Amino acid sequence: MTDPAATAELDAVTRRFGKGGTPALDNVTLQIRPGRMSGLVGPDGAGKTTLIRLLAGLLDPDAGAVTVFGHRATATDRARIGYMPQRFGLYEDLTVIENLRLYAELRGLPDSARAGRFAELLRFTDLTRFQGRFAGKLSGGMKQKLGLACALVETPDLLLLDEPGVGVDPVSRRELWAMVQQLTGEGIAVLWSTAYLDEAEKCDEVFLLNEGRLIHAGPPAELTREVTGRTFRLLAEGRGRRRLLTRMMDRDDIRDATIQGASLRLLTAAGAAPPDDTQAVPPRFEDAFVDRLGGGPKGTSALAESYRTIPDTGVAAIEAKGLTKRFGDFTAARDIGFTIPRGEIFGLLGPNGAGKSTTFKMLCGLLTPTEGQGHVAGHDLRHARAAARQSLGYMAQKFSLYGDLSVRQNLNFFAGAYGLTGAARRARIAQLTEVFHLGPYLRQNAGGLPLGFRQRLSLACAVMHEPPVLFLDEPTSGVDPIVRREFWSHINGLVQKGVTVLVTTHFMEEAEYCDRILVIYRAEQIALGTPDELKADAAAHTGRADPTLEDAFIALIEAHDAEAEAAA
Amino acid sequence: MSLRRFRALLVKESRQILRDPSTFLIAFVLPLILLFLFGYAVSLDIREVRIGVAQQDDSQEAASLAVAYRNSPWFDVTMAPEPRGLEPDLVAGRIRGIVVIPQDFGQRLIAADRTAEIQIITDGAQPNSAAFVANFAEGVRATWAAQRAAEAGVTAAPPITLVPRFWYNAELTSRDFLIPGSIAIVMAMIGTLLTALVVAREWERGTMEAMMATPVAMAELLASKVLPYFVLGLGSVALCTTLAITVFDVPFRGSILALMALSSAYLVPALGQGLLISAATKNQFVASQMALILSFLPSMVLSGFLFEIPSMPPVIQAFTYIVPARYLVPSLQTVFVVGDIWPMFWRGIAALLLFGLVFFVLAIRVTRRRIA
Repeated sequence: MTDPAATAELDAVTRRFGKGGTPALDNVTLQIRPGRMSGLVGPDGAGKTTLIRLLAGLLDPDAGAVTVFGHRATATDRARIGYMPQRFGLYEDLTVIENLRLYAELRGLPDSARAGRFAELLRFTDLTRFQGRFAGKLSGGMKQKLGLACALVETPDLLLLDEPGVGVDPVSRRELWAMVQQLTGEGIAVLWSTAYLDEAEKCDEVFLLNEGRLIHAGPPAELTREVTGRTFRLLAEGRGRRRLLTRMMDRDDIRDATIQGASLRLLTAAGAAPPDDTQAVPPRFEDAFVDRLGGGPKGTSALAESYRTIPDTGVAAIEAKGLTKRFGDFTAARDIGFTIPRGEIFGLLGPNGAGKSTTFKMLCGLLTPTEGQGHVAGHDLRHARAAARQSLGYMAQKFSLYGDLSVRQNLNFFAGAYGLTGAARRARIAQLTEVFHLGPYLRQNAGGLPLGFRQRLSLACAVMHEPPVLFLDEPTSGVDPIVRREFWSHINGLVQKGVTVLVTTHFMEEAEYCDRILVIYRAEQIALGTPDELKADAAAHTGRADPTLEDAFIALIEAHDAEAEAAA
Repeated sequence: MSLRRFRALLVKESRQILRDPSTFLIAFVLPLILLFLFGYAVSLDIREVRIGVAQQDDSQEAASLAVAYRNSPWFDVTMAPEPRGLEPDLVAGRIRGIVVIPQDFGQRLIAADRTAEIQIITDGAQPNSAAFVANFAEGVRATWAAQRAAEAGVTAAPPITLVPRFWYNAELTSRDFLIPGSIAIVMAMIGTLLTALVVAREWERGTMEAMMATPVAMAELLASKVLPYFVLGLGSVALCTTLAITVFDVPFRGSILALMALSSAYLVPALGQGLLISAATKNQFVASQMALILSFLPSMVLSGFLFEIPSMPPVIQAFTYIVPARYLVPSLQTVFVVGDIWPMFWRGIAALLLFGLVFFVLAIRVTRRRIA
């Protein structure tokens, strides 16, 4: 098959920020071709945004050439590029239709074509009803669609989308994907950047970036093919599967092992014999990515080994009874109730604004419930808030340590905040430094650490006082699969020591690690079960064989919407 | 330059101005507050300064002098028989000075040499007030002495009689100078602070990035920021002028044309500086700090608005030459209090436009079509 001429290309492009730093992009060469959905895939900090900005002519390369439509990207015809930056580039104090009009004028859409094009775009994005609404008052998913509509107002030849899926729930993400895919049929070249590997799998062509280097360029299947016949499922019901996972990760003939609900997913080393009692499963893009990066980490967690064993007191680690939070006449969470026994990983799953953060904050003692009760490690959140907080470790979404303090200063601060002093503090910090290999970075500012080390530092600060309960808020969104595996191997180890974990996420890979999941939607809990139960439920509802957790999640939400409509 | 794109940007900018309450606050409410502050609260005039008079002598002459102090419009007098009784008030700042009429005052006045002394004690911690008290206390004494001499039929008039007349502002009300000057401050706020904020906001919210990826020319983008705020600035000047004339009774002896010409000329460097600051900082917080320090404060302190430039130390005087407001404030005060003096205005306008040119060239050079 002969490839059509490239719409845009990078030729040996390098770009650094700041002197002497590691390059954000390192000698990258690639071509983007018309009529294809090209995925720009990689973890946070891999160089995706830099690459897209280079193509949009917003950055100069330090070396190499960026060519769009045959001209230098900074001097090319911008009217033919549709660009949607990460924050959509919308004016929040203008209405939907005013934003569209502005972009139409700037891109030079002829007046005669305007009415028709607007109607088409509004229908396409399902925003017709919201024309008069201010962009700032739209939901995340709607903003994203409006951002896309603005980028498409004059049909571009090259469409650049910088992480359109970030911070948007799976339902909106799927809708957007379908819209953009339709456009490639019209011959547009699309570059879609994402940290989600499952999105990469659906692209026609994938550019896989890691730490500024291009690891793979080509159809995703080409990469996936490298691990054909090396992926297996091992059924491992019950609590024993965590110990089994650790053993599997430590084996030399296993490149990678992850938990998928009640089973383990294994990737064997090339040429190794299939492990016992397993069944072969089709390979995924992520398997190949991990294989390219040199395989997953080893499974034994030094953190867990040194952790105290949490005694079994017979009291539930976390308990919520009829938790309700109202802000004025808006109910953010209604009658949420569950019990989490010691040593369980419990997930809160739901779209943005569904109420999972509100529930989470009530249980951390950051919000006072309007009604209902919560207990953490036996402490009542109303009457013994300080004691409850002392018994939990909290790790916030994204990096929430002090970026301007050094690693050592951060550790010292959190040790002090949790009441560790003198010899006990020094011993604990020395231990954590050793466990997380932070030694070489102690004097460096936390903000400038590589992503993987920031992740480690966050966890180190959260477990400083060896709490019996850990609260994790989307702990690994955006990190690369190796860092995520390492993180979860620590969590797995801690759980075996009796630590209880509550995690919020809308990231399906994270949800798979949970023992049980509570799905929250429109302030109410709509389902509670193990990942496999939720999937089985979805299979029964939709008739789809072997649904993913994301399918199950979407099916649950759709079923709930249908019920609500029937009731109305 | 495409007229169509420019128009679209202007429409967008105007909508944002009309919808953003903070724009309104800076452009109309803040000028009102400043105007009322300078109109009512701040006054550089000195009247009814509180002093103490210690009358140690109970002669008729001493009593007559004490009454002269009490009747003076400049002083609000607290009487006491001994300075000791007034000292705590002076230390606490409740009075600004003490006039001591000594025990032998009456005797010495009647005696052959006819020289009697009084003592004036002032609070040197506040040099301006101290000098004022000393001079005016002496003045009251001299008037009293002259009057006494006249009554006695002796013409002991001083060799030279000084009859001061103040032109243009006969009553020397500082308000007539402060309010025209504060219009310059208001323009500095709108031109520099507001412009710096709105452009920095575009960088912060990522809309600048989206704009730069469209075919828009940077010149169109900058011009669309400048024009609406230029109009807003002139609107604010009109509001302030109307209030100055109607509410504060400030005279307006020049022409509207001269006022608008001066204001327009001043808005050029103000807007240019705002664009430059926002392009260099790309952050609303830093931009507002820079605008306050680089534009608002110098306009206030170094423009001759509050403090007279000729009475500043030479080094500070040299600094005033790089403050654009310095070239505006005297002309503005002239338009209000004196009338149109075009040769003076032209010099000011030329200096302001020169500053404007420098700021705009810098702003255009700093605002490149690049993210980093």
